[in-house]
Amino acid sequence: MITLRNVSIPALVALAGSTIVFVAAGSGNFPLGTVPSRARPASVERAPSADGFVQRWLILEPIPANGLTDSVVQAAVKKEYFPNQLTVIPGDGDKVTVDGAELTWHAIDTNEYNVNLYYFAHGLGKPTSNVLFWAVTVIDCPREMPGVRLAIGSNAASVWWVNVKEVISIYSDRQTVIDDGVSKRLTLKKGANVVRCAVVNGGGATDFCARFLDAQDKPLKEFTVRLDAAKN
Amino acid sequence: MDGQVQIHDPSTIIECGGKYYTYGTGGSCLVSDDGWTWYRGVSPTRRGMAPDMIHLGDRYNLYVAANIGAQPKAAINMIWNKTLDPGSPDYKWEEGGIVASSDGVEFCNAIDPGVFLDPTDGKLWLVYGSYFGYIRLVQLDPKTGKRIDPNDKPVDIAVNCEAPDMIYHQGWYYLLATHGSCCRGADSGYNIRVGRARKVTGPFLDHMGVDMLQGGGKLVVGSGGRVIGPGHFGLINLGDGVQKFSCHYEADLDRGGASVLDIRPLLWRDGWPVAGDSFKEGTYAIESVRTGTALELAVEGMPVGGRRNRRPPGGPGAAPGGPGGPGGGLFSSQGGVIPPQDVAQVSTNWPAGNIDIRMGNYLCQAQQKWTVTPVADAGGYPGSPYFKITIAGTGRVLAVDEEGELVALPAFTGGPEQLWRLDQLPDGAWRIMPKSASDAGESLALSAIGSSFATLQEFDPASNKQRWLFKTP
Repeated sequence: MITLRNVSIPALVALAGSTIVFVAAGSGNFPLGTVPSRARPASVERAPSADGFVQRWLILEPIPANGLTDSVVQAAVKKEYFPNQLTVIPGDGDKVTVDGAELTWHAIDTNEYNVNLYYFAHGLGKPTSNVLFWAVTVIDCPREMPGVRLAIGSNAASVWWVNVKEVISIYSDRQTVIDDGVSKRLTLKKGANVVRCAVVNGGGATDFCARFLDAQDKPLKEFTVRLDAAKN
Repeated sequence: MDGQVQIHDPSTIIECGGKYYTYGTGGSCLVSDDGWTWYRGVSPTRRGMAPDMIHLGDRYNLYVAANIGAQPKAAINMIWNKTLDPGSPDYKWEEGGIVASSDGVEFCNAIDPGVFLDPTDGKLWLVYGSYFGYIRLVQLDPKTGKRIDPNDKPVDIAVNCEAPDMIYHQGWYYLLATHGSCCRGADSGYNIRVGRARKVTGPFLDHMGVDMLQGGGKLVVGSGGRVIGPGHFGLINLGDGVQKFSCHYEADLDRGGASVLDIRPLLWRDGWPVAGDSFKEGTYAIESVRTGTALELAVEGMPVGGRRNRRPPGGPGAAPGGPGGPGGGLFSSQGGVIPPQDVAQVSTNWPAGNIDIRMGNYLCQAQQKWTVTPVADAGGYPGSPYFKITIAGTGRVLAVDEEGELVALPAFTGGPEQLWRLDQLPDGAWRIMPKSASDAGESLALSAIGSSFATLQEFDPASNKQRWLFKTP
């Protein structure tokens, strides 16, 4: 039995625009595939994808963390790593110091349904295993939207907040499945709504996806993502 | 079912004014406010054999057979009423006359009527007959319930059976009839069988291609458990794709061998109707058809047998020769049989108050095992009582909170938000609805809207979100 978790990481060899291509180390020049693309935001606002996925996030470089059980993950996300970690809306390039290490927030756009944290960290030369990622985005709603739900998937465990209130927590070693964790009904207010998550990875691949569902479980698309919306 | 359920040859159950009614041989009548608890009603003016009933427009037409000489000389009369409620000022049975008969010589015994409204064209039909000769089909006037043309020759559609009834399903006409012997208590071989045809006039073939005119018929339901001799099928269409059927058993062994009414789920497999079973209390894993994940308390699970360190094969402690061998390692035995998880032990860290509900991969853990128990004196719905659903070995009960979300309460107190209606769907999966929603006239059902989350939503018969499997844990 061989799983991705048992395979050594192939060498990163080339960058092509926002797309990273790698080849396997020690097995000849055998292309394994194309890494999911990501790029810095090139516009002020961004609409969700056709399926409603939020594709713009601010992500903090990974923090060491161990364990994926309910209690361990809850303890990990409740620990204060940096000031106002459940309320801050960082800017691209902002830095925080966690346990003596300076970490940077990165504004990221993805063209996929998900955000690949593995390549985010790997591309920065940061660890990908036994780590915790903080991610924040800001949803700008044209009107109040009651009765909607946040729906997420993550590899691995994750905890989610909407406007500071914890709304989803999923635990254990798991893969990203669309609409894995779904919140109870909540209300998005008119204007800026802050969505925040902490994703804890054990080893191997790590990513997450998020969208909102309306009362009929249809993807909510009547909003834009504006990372500066909460500051306006 | 509960209450007074003794009856023989019950008619199709019809709802009128929020009550359920059925009429049987000898003028018997059973009434229920909820379809679960029954009591004796008022006999109709004609007390014959094995009646059947249909509601058309503002009329309730009751077809009743009677011998008019030595068998097989018989006639089927129709009587009608504007209401089935004897307390209503509109309650009055009117005579509609004879709609079918047998002269005592012809190869038919005109008893056991079954009335059928064709949903494809609105035509009304009557099937009738017993073991002497053919099961026959005649056309009725849907406005009056009477025979359209008494001179039309009846169509022979089956033989060697009785108590026929017809239903339509996805392009097929199904003729259901009872085979075997009746009226012998626990020695009765009664069983309900079916053939199908593309036309209402047949030919009705069973799953082996045998024509019901030559004795064919695929089994729908026979004796089983503590009941013997099911017969006299009657369809109950509850809407949203939920179908049940009524029948009587010749002998209910738990009721001294009496003939009693029952209502059971009607399922469909490979285009054929089969009888489902009323929900049996027990302990189950409740698995979503949509996600394959199981309903559980949102508490930290403990692996059965305790947590194990994840050590790679060949690492320290691994057995020589690879995983699985003696001496430790990730894939090795812990030794002996690992007993089921003790809920009293693993629940010590669970919160004392309300606990959220979520879903997860089923891992045989205590917070994933639900005991489903009928609740006495809490009412019911056609064929079944309400149930409470608790974590096995605890009092923690599945309920609906004030925001319409699922929650586990520390203890059952009997409220409608803690009572659950379980309806088996045509594919055998189950719909789970809170009584509180039914009381409010809402069709809300347990719905898996994520792999790890369930809520209540309007029932959609086309969706897998609200289909659940009760699996032996």
